[in-house]
Amino acid sequence: MSGTQVYKVYIKAEANRVWEAITSPEWNARYGYRGPIEMDLRPGGAVVGRSNPGMLAMGAPEIGVDGEVVEVDPPNRLVQTFRMLMDPGIAAEGFTRLTYELKESKDGVTALTVTHELGDAPNMGRLMAGEFEEMGAGGGWAWVLSDLKSLLETGKALADQ
Amino acid sequence: MDDDDRVFKALADPTRRFLLDLLFARDGRTLTELESELEMTRFGVMKHLKVLEEANLVVTRRHGREKLHFLNAVPIRQIHDRWIDKYTSDHARALLDLKRHLEDDEP
Repeated sequence: MSGTQVYKVYIKAEANRVWEAITSPEWNARYGYRGPIEMDLRPGGAVVGRSNPGMLAMGAPEIGVDGEVVEVDPPNRLVQTFRMLMDPGIAAEGFTRLTYELKESKDGVTALTVTHELGDAPNMGRLMAGEFEEMGAGGGWAWVLSDLKSLLETGKALADQ
Repeated sequence: MDDDDRVFKALADPTRRFLLDLLFARDGRTLTELESELEMTRFGVMKHLKVLEEANLVVTRRHGREKLHFLNAVPIRQIHDRWIDKYTSDHARALLDLKRHLEDDEP
């Protein structure tokens, strides 16, 4: 299981809100990479992430990420394939697999675990581990999830503060 | 103890930092693999891993019969994000760019 990254964050929010923040473009454009991602939430449904105006201005393609929904069990579990199209080298590595697991405890805190099975996608792995952050490519999963937590708990993403 | 206390307490021990270094170098290892890198009983390594798990710095996953340990960078990122805002990090980036620029220009 090398070539797999696992991230976990505890968020003071109900699982339904965390689920919505992951799956709805109104929410998922407000943290992390900030491109709206539309998901057709049924097995085989399309996942389409569009570049925001800032990304387009830097020459990003209109569709920045894509994939397919594999498994949906709201608000507990979502499995999807995931490919990044921003960079030709990473795009050529093909589809990886993401599993989101949400578990709400009695005190209204949701534990969100993201498992990213990379297979043979070393550059995607480096990107999502935050290795290219200095180049302006974002801080990967730890950055995305810290931002998501901030948005749901304070109403503001980190860049808004 | 709040979440930050648990993170700092977990990081305050050299063995636990070494375990995180091992997982940073190669993620998804079993207890047996981690134990082989340390001069310590299996029980001792388990205790350290438990502290790291309670601080959310290590996350475990079942893979067949094996339990694999992964480094979770999110709590460290939260500490980073709390004290280093985007302006500071932009400044830090500008300084790095400047350093690179100056070093490249050297004859």
